[in-house]
Amino acid sequence: MNAIPGRIAPAPLLSVEGLTKWYGHVLGCRDVAFDLRPGEVLGIVGESGSGKTTLLNCISGKLTPTSGEVRFDTRRFGLTDIYGLSEPDRRRMQREEWGFVHQNPRDGLRMRVSGGANVAEPLMNLGGRHYGNMRQATIDWLDRVELDTRRIDDKPRNFSGGMQQRIQVARNLIHGPRLVFMDEPTGGLDVSVQARLLDLLRELVRDLGLAVIIVTHDMAVARLMADRLMVMKGGEVVETGLTDQVLDDPQHPYTQLLVSSVLQI
Amino acid sequence: MTDKPLIIVEDLAKTFVLHNAEQATIPVFQDLTLQVAAGECVVLAGESGVGKSTLMRSIFGNYLPTQGAVKVWQDGAYVDITKANPHEVLEVRRRTLGYVSQFLRVIPRVPTLQLVMEPLLENGVSFQEAKDRASELLSALRLPEAHWDLPPATFSGGEQQRVNIARSFIRKYPVLLLDEPTASLDAENRAIVVRLIKEALAEGAAMIGIFHDLDVRDAVASRLFEVSQFKAAA
Repeated sequence: MNAIPGRIAPAPLLSVEGLTKWYGHVLGCRDVAFDLRPGEVLGIVGESGSGKTTLLNCISGKLTPTSGEVRFDTRRFGLTDIYGLSEPDRRRMQREEWGFVHQNPRDGLRMRVSGGANVAEPLMNLGGRHYGNMRQATIDWLDRVELDTRRIDDKPRNFSGGMQQRIQVARNLIHGPRLVFMDEPTGGLDVSVQARLLDLLRELVRDLGLAVIIVTHDMAVARLMADRLMVMKGGEVVETGLTDQVLDDPQHPYTQLLVSSVLQI
Repeated sequence: MTDKPLIIVEDLAKTFVLHNAEQATIPVFQDLTLQVAAGECVVLAGESGVGKSTLMRSIFGNYLPTQGAVKVWQDGAYVDITKANPHEVLEVRRRTLGYVSQFLRVIPRVPTLQLVMEPLLENGVSFQEAKDRASELLSALRLPEAHWDLPPATFSGGEQQRVNIARSFIRKYPVLLLDEPTASLDAENRAIVVRLIKEALAEGAAMIGIFHDLDVRDAVASRLFEVSQFKAAA
């Protein structure tokens, strides 16, 4: 009796191959390859300096890799190497189809305009012109991330860190992206706020069928958010697999060290 | 329903290698073979440390076996959990393969009712239906209704365990792995869980269980399976 594959897997949304980044003689990341499907959450873990953020920036089109390909299933061109696109095409694709949630909300928000305007801006950038509709969509999203909609006109600096992060999440999801990058999205938050935000993110990911790449050094966050993990050390992926398998039965010496070093409370 | 076994474990071996403890190797079992048919509950037997949980976790894909195959029947074919891609394993877990552990591991601060609804929502069941079925099951498990809107973190061990059971029985998984699901329950609640297990078996579920409570074990077991007979040489 031979095992035959159950169902034909959906085509990858993102396909990364041989991705390498050198900063002069210093290695950022080397020879990274993976596929990501719609609805999948990939966690990238490893300690500071392991190349997580370099990798995220290369994949998300912010940092040109030294070699390798990042192919994304774009609406306009199909599966295409994003670094093969012209600059304007790539920027347009990033605006239309991607979101990027920064660790520090101030990096992802425009601090001089209101929270509501921050959330609505992606719609305007994509050609939205009907003010009433955009305001309504903004109110809907503020509601969805559980912010008081009466504060729609307050500036981000008047919100707490956790609230700013919610604004950033709303801003990055309002335009219906298919792929969202998150760089330590709960990193600077109180644990009390962290738990609620994680639950919210998970709910949104499930309801919207988003693909997510989340970078974190927090194993607990990785366990709760990610379907599968990539463990990085010194710029290389040392282990990859199903999240609970990597955390409960780590194979690589470094992963074993990482997992066994987590403090229990 | 099919007459084929829903789970086939073939020549399974598991050895742990602890790289940070001077490369210590801990062999657990080898050449382990087991088949479980629909409506059957195989209870893993043997003393602590013999590898019952390790076997169960290997079947679930939580541990990575050193050798062999774990085939789970889904959509008219077998998926080998040990070799499938992560997304295939997740798909099998979402629709076919359930696991009730002794411990509840969930996002903090999420209300109990919502936690129990989650497996249904993930499978595209409507919010209202999920809510109705979750309420029904929590009532059947006699979890006080006043608790439903609270996160389970502060619940007693027995209450948390019932939340865990509710999360797994709400979806009628064709294959269910039970790792001491009644460990912290009192007699009455154990009886309720035994009833749930029997109902699921009657509907054609295949189960593998670990029960230290002999009453529960005798009530649900179709047969016992000695893990120690496959003990790997140290």
